[in-house]
Amino acid sequence: MSDFLNLLYFLVPLIIASMVPLAIVALGGLFSESTGVINIALEGIMIMGAFVGIVIMRLLVLNENVTLGLQWIAALGLFVGAVFGALYAALHAFAAVNMKSNQIISATALNLFAPALSVFVARFYFGTSNLNLGGNYLIRSVPFLSTIPVLGRLFFTNVFLSTYVGVGIFTVAIVILFKTRLGLRMRSCGENPHAADALGINIYKIRYIGVLISGALAGMGGVIFVLSFATRFSGTVSGFGFLALAVMIFGQWNPKKILIAALFFATIRVVSSAYAGIPILQDLSVPVEIYQMLPYLATLVVLAFASKNSRAPKAIGEPFDQGKR
Amino acid sequence: MKFNVWRQRFWQFIASKPSSISIMSSIVAILGGLLVGFLVMLVIDPSRALIGLSTILTGFLRQGGRSLGNTVYYSAPLILTGVSVAFAFRTGLFNIGATGQLTVGAFAAVYTGIHWTFLGPIHWVVSVLMAMLAGALWGSIPGILKAYRNVNEVVASIMLNYIGMYLVILMIKTFIYNRELARALAPASSAMLPRLSQFIVTHRSSLNAGIFVALLVVVLTHIILNKTTFGYELKSVGFNRDAARYAGMNEKRNIILAMTISGGIAGMAGAVMYLIPGRFIAIDATLMSEGFTGIAISLLGLSSPLGVLFAGLFYGALEMGGFFLQITTNFVPQIIEIIIAVIIYFSAFALFFQKGLARWLAKRTSSEVDLPEGSELL
Repeated sequence: MSDFLNLLYFLVPLIIASMVPLAIVALGGLFSESTGVINIALEGIMIMGAFVGIVIMRLLVLNENVTLGLQWIAALGLFVGAVFGALYAALHAFAAVNMKSNQIISATALNLFAPALSVFVARFYFGTSNLNLGGNYLIRSVPFLSTIPVLGRLFFTNVFLSTYVGVGIFTVAIVILFKTRLGLRMRSCGENPHAADALGINIYKIRYIGVLISGALAGMGGVIFVLSFATRFSGTVSGFGFLALAVMIFGQWNPKKILIAALFFATIRVVSSAYAGIPILQDLSVPVEIYQMLPYLATLVVLAFASKNSRAPKAIGEPFDQGKR
Repeated sequence: MKFNVWRQRFWQFIASKPSSISIMSSIVAILGGLLVGFLVMLVIDPSRALIGLSTILTGFLRQGGRSLGNTVYYSAPLILTGVSVAFAFRTGLFNIGATGQLTVGAFAAVYTGIHWTFLGPIHWVVSVLMAMLAGALWGSIPGILKAYRNVNEVVASIMLNYIGMYLVILMIKTFIYNRELARALAPASSAMLPRLSQFIVTHRSSLNAGIFVALLVVVLTHIILNKTTFGYELKSVGFNRDAARYAGMNEKRNIILAMTISGGIAGMAGAVMYLIPGRFIAIDATLMSEGFTGIAISLLGLSSPLGVLFAGLFYGALEMGGFFLQITTNFVPQIIEIIIAVIIYFSAFALFFQKGLARWLAKRTSSEVDLPEGSELL
């Protein structure tokens, strides 16, 4: 029993660390797609958010005159990541909404631009594309809460601030999408923009809002990703944005299912990197690559069997043209 | 007066060519990309921005035949991925999975190159063909899913990129692993693409037979798309899937074939990239960027094989320029990727540009110069 508990103590924090950014970024994808704009640029937006966020945090940490606590700096980094993610996503919104472009193409451009720019700028100013975070942002234990038996150790020791921020943001975002007028309008834009337009909703504005929120969530997700998994940032989030896209599709554009999908994918991810520490899996001796491809394979299977009655927003990917019926 | 007449005739000639507006919109995209690249350099280091830009644009001539040969050498796999994306695009499919097809193709080529040494002089040809088969197989999956299960080929291809990448890492580790250096083994020398160093013009460059593979594919796809019934069907499905079915075309079969051929071409790009001495498939889990570059090249080349040929050479020249950039300035080659990303972004505006250009041309050809009757005689 204590073996099992120790395994849980080992695995649960890792799974949560993976699950939070996955869920946040997948939710970002959902915000964009629910208004009818495909967003496969999540990866690029994450990189852009992470890059600016990490640069700011690094500058603050390494500056002697700044006396801000590490957690405040982390919070600031998350905020900056969200702002720049939204700004960067605005480029996608401009292309998709104003220019009525092919949304896959403009998103591909965003995916290529972010890593190139971050490596270019980092190498010029810092001499290396490998940015050190300048500190350890792990919270060893949360006061009071960490003393709760079992749960305290599972959820309130060795955690990141970003985890709690992520949980809060996720809740707020779901409320916005499903309990507010704005959320209803967004979803109507994705399902039937002409009907929404006839009711006096400004499709262009709503789509912009959707893509900007999507960018903010992905940008913040990028910072969370780097904070939780890396001590340095080198212009990549290792395909995490595409994994989040898979989470969104696997979750069939539904926040609750996205949460379950994120948990599932996060577990696989942790298993693939930490299976040596899990006795049962060690005996199975399945190659690590099998675990790594499992999330994508699972998504493909879900797509193959669910596409006929897919829950994707109906008007997804179509530029809105008021004159078209 | 005479000048005005000639000017008007020029613009009338341009306007009479249906493809000229698209070509102009491609040029606008390229200029936009270069401008943004220049601005980025200007912000970072104003004193060297101009040298940087000129190096990027003229780098391919810097060492005469050698850099020219290297430019073509860089272009070969990019032309192939570009044609791959373009071919699918003509059938209305967005093959963002060229990366995955290229990866499995590279593995098949290298595997054949290592193990099938009994083939003798045709060893490298068979290796390229095996790469094509592997790529075709990988490309057919999203095609089948699209045709029979209505799965969005973009999303399916993205998933298959990652599945392919991990699968290839696993297979390299199982079959052809160089454990000390953590990479794939080298193919036999008979499997390497023959060098073209005997040409005096390009001697000392790395140019090899890969460019002939690319040229052959360009010519074949050009013929398929423009001169055959099959190509006509593919394009019809691309224009309007339902209309094509109504006209009696088997749109499911055409979608699968288009993706299979597209995948096969991307697979060959993998062979052209790795049947080269000193290049090994790395086993780090990053997608190969050449597949995404293919999207840019396909867009610039207006999804026509011949256009892709020129766009691919242009990109090769930019890459060559990026290589020399480190020598003349302290900018890093990533500026090329920045420029390309911006070019892709602007290519997405094609529709908008084309409308604007058409309006602009209409002005040039009619209302702007109101010619009095008989003025041609002047």
